Amino acid sequence: MYRILKKRQLTPVTALYVIDAPLVARTARPGQFVILRVDEGGERIPVTITDFDPEAGTVTIVVQQVGKTTHWLAQHGEGDTLADFAGPLGTPVALPDRGRVALVGGGFGAAAILTIAKELAKRPEVTVDAIVGARTASLLILSDEVGAVVDRFLPCTDDGSRGYHGLVTGLLEQEIAAVGYDLVMAIGPMPMMRAVAEVTRPHGIPTYASMDPIMLDGTGMCGACRVRVGGQNRFACVDGPFFDAHQVDFDEVTRRNKMYRHEERLALERWHQHQGSCATVG
Amino acid sequence: MAMISLKKQPMPQQEPKVRATNFAEVPLGYTLEMAVHEATRCLQCQDPQCEKGCPVSVPVRDFIGLLAQGRLEESIRTMKAVNRLPAICGRVCPQEEQCEARCVLNRSGRQPVAIGRLERFIADWEREHGWVAADPPERRPERVAVIGAGPAGLTCAGDLAAMGYQVTVFEALHAPGGVLTYGIPEFRLPKDIVYADVARLEAMGVEFRYNVVVGRTVTVDALLDELGYDAVFIGTGAGLPKFLGIPGENLAGVYSANEFLTRINLMRAYRFPEYDTPVKVGKRVAVIGAGNTAMDAVRTALRSGAERAMIVYRRTEAEMTARAEEYEHALEEGVEFYWLTNPVKVLGNSEGWVKGLECVRMELGEPDESGRRRPVPVPGSEFVLPCDTVILALGTTPNPILINATPGLETNRRGCVVADEETGATSRPGVFAGGDVVTGAATVILAMGAGQRAARAIHRYLDEKRQAAAAD
Ligand SMILES: Cc1cc2nc3c(=O)[nH]c(=O)nc-3n(C[C@H](O)[C@H](O)[C@H](O)COP(=O)(O)OP(=O)(O)OC[C@H]3O[C@@H](n4cnc5c(N)ncnc54)[C@H](O)[C@@H]3O)c2cc1C
Ligand SMILES: Cc1cc2nc3c(=O)[nH]c(=O)nc-3n(C[C@H](O)[C@H](O)[C@H](O)COP(=O)(O)OP(=O)(O)OC[C@H]3O[C@@H](n4cnc5c(N)ncnc54)[C@H](O)[C@@H]3O)c2cc1C
Ligand code: SF4
Ligand code: SF4
Ligand code: FES
Ligand SMILES: [Mg+2]
Repeated sequence: MYRILKKRQLTPVTALYVIDAPLVARTARPGQFVILRVDEGGERIPVTITDFDPEAGTVTIVVQQVGKTTHWLAQHGEGDTLADFAGPLGTPVALPDRGRVALVGGGFGAAAILTIAKELAKRPEVTVDAIVGARTASLLILSDEVGAVVDRFLPCTDDGSRGYHGLVTGLLEQEIAAVGYDLVMAIGPMPMMRAVAEVTRPHGIPTYASMDPIMLDGTGMCGACRVRVGGQNRFACVDGPFFDAHQVDFDEVTRRNKMYRHEERLALERWHQHQGSCATVG
Repeated sequence: MAMISLKKQPMPQQEPKVRATNFAEVPLGYTLEMAVHEATRCLQCQDPQCEKGCPVSVPVRDFIGLLAQGRLEESIRTMKAVNRLPAICGRVCPQEEQCEARCVLNRSGRQPVAIGRLERFIADWEREHGWVAADPPERRPERVAVIGAGPAGLTCAGDLAAMGYQVTVFEALHAPGGVLTYGIPEFRLPKDIVYADVARLEAMGVEFRYNVVVGRTVTVDALLDELGYDAVFIGTGAGLPKFLGIPGENLAGVYSANEFLTRINLMRAYRFPEYDTPVKVGKRVAVIGAGNTAMDAVRTALRSGAERAMIVYRRTEAEMTARAEEYEHALEEGVEFYWLTNPVKVLGNSEGWVKGLECVRMELGEPDESGRRRPVPVPGSEFVLPCDTVILALGTTPNPILINATPGLETNRRGCVVADEETGATSRPGVFAGGDVVTGAATVILAMGAGQRAARAIHRYLDEKRQAAAAD
């Protein structure tokens, strides 16, 4: 059992959890993730390690409610436990020792860039910009934490309520022209990462994307997470999750990620009904 | 010998039509009367050949002799001295090629003694009537880390605990059993049986740590140098699935057998939405391959709602590697077999879902290196097998995560850990290995035998180390 030591609501649908997981905290590296199960009977879902503290033995995750499992997780608070928390998984991403890097984040990815930003902050010859996007200012998550460790924190909002008015790709394009980047790393929704890859491609800027195919075991045993990269099948849970964004077959992953759309909808409806009936009883 | 019936005591079974729609176990097990009756068929040979067919030399004659006399506790104790997991072996061992193949009754035109079924019977009897206690061992100070909770690891852990060592099993998944849990379906091996055997090990003092992926969460070196273990046993199996490399393999609806079976067995997706993990089983399911894994996948597909479940195999029935019993069960349940049929492409619809399998017919040509006649395509014989789910059961190799994170651990060309056959010793002192990670995909009993031999070798290694330390 893995105890939730702290919980912080970041937006109405996103929360940060600090989990007691000493073995994971001991060896975690930037870019890695965990697979968790909320309870017996639950499914195994991958979640990025947003922060870790080997001394305290804790791992921080930020989870956005999208379907049944993440809604159920959101009902858990400080003192509650998770059934399983396996990690760190994936290959730690290779980070440069010098140059200018843009970390592009959207959705939970705006938080998930934190471990990478922290590691790069230790490297004096690296300059880091964080370009993070949200619909509106109140949905920008962990701005203070990320802002504190990067050279420039560049928020973007769809409604212009904070920072750049528009999508992260618009600002990225602009900053490529203004300052230029040696490396771009993107974490967030698939369409965002794909658009980032299209922005950097003509400039020939090396670009990495954190792929989120559907996973099951997270140990290389099932192949559910296979992603085509440069025509080769790679397992995102073992070889990834970061891959060369210019080589990834985004179409294929996007299609495969819809494989259980029907079941996911059913599970969420059933969940809402269940919540409804409990609320009336209680 | 005139008194001995020609045939084995038949095994009561669920009817094929009924069982093809449920996940309950197919054979129902002998009653005590049936078991004793079957046990009396055994001749109690002077030089029991059956035992030579068993990879771990189970004392077949003695456990059956005691059973025939109704001395069940002694029978189970005799068995457990050699085989810690008889409820499992009795169900999944390929007995027809092993112990039963050597039984002398075969020579007089009779069926062999149903050794597997009797093994299963006494183990089930013990589980239902309370465990037969073993003498508590003398405690030893050393700690051993066992990596992987499959049959190799469980056996090694149990044997070491019985010798008094403090044993921790580190398992990557959230449940024990390895392939016994995630691969072999409930209708062949109920998971409660595996879990009961694990509970038994826990009662002996073995500690289980789940969600630990050795190579990521901790390394073998950290276990030895930082976490205070005196020896390590690697029993991580051969869990990495192969793919074909044909077009369309990444369409939605294409599964490796490992993924399909794990969803259903470990995650209980057949009970979605009560359990959260989904699985998609179409009306027509094509399984590629003809080993045990393929039979399990195809029979599981039938039970999960497939109207037609098909095996597609590029060779013939004669080259199929599945156990005879599984093949028969599959036939009885209505599985269709496409022999000499090679898939060349998975066809998809406009939404990226599988809609068919393009195949080419094969014929047998010249023998290849393995001595089997090589199948060669018949030109112009391409055809499409309509289906909406494709399951690839093409074999597996050892998972490289641990291996890549363990410097100095020697492996061979096939990616298997190199270990001494008798002791399991690897190229790293204090590190032993056994089971599928050494042999490549094999059998439960071979993995158990390797775990058992490694436990003895670890005992010798630690004894010597202790004596050397005392001499200093
Ligand atoms: C490497 C990796 C890191 C991730 N990091 C984070 C993170 O830090 N924070 C966060 O909020 N989310 C993260 N995700 C996504 C998260 O795993 C999914 O949102 C979650 O599984 C959805 O579960 P659900 O039951 O609530 O939603 P569902 O309704 O079941 O699914 C919603 C969508 O999530 C995806 N999904 C569903 N099941 C899985 C699965 N088993 N594995 C992967 N994706 C799935 C599918 O695209 C699906 O359409 C990450 C995914 C990956 C692969
Ligand atoms: C579908 C199927 C059906 C089969 N049917 C039969 C049958 O009827 N009869 C028979 O005799 N054999 C059968 N086999 C073969 C048999 O199951 C295997 O030979 C046997 O399970 C091997 O045992 P093992 O202990 O070596 O490995 P496994 O059973 O594979 O167990 C290895 C364990 O190690 C864990 N692990 C892996 N890597 C790590 C890591 N880095 N850190 C921590 N843990 C790790 C895995 O999660 C797993 O739990 C079948 C195999 C399959 C796939
Ligand atoms: S362990 Fe397997 S091979 Fe050995 S006697 Fe039992 S059933 Fe036969
Ligand atoms: S060979 Fe057959 S008859 Fe002889 S002891 Fe073994 S099981 Fe009994
Ligand atoms: S999630 Fe199973 S192999 Fe990656
Ligand atoms: Mg879900």
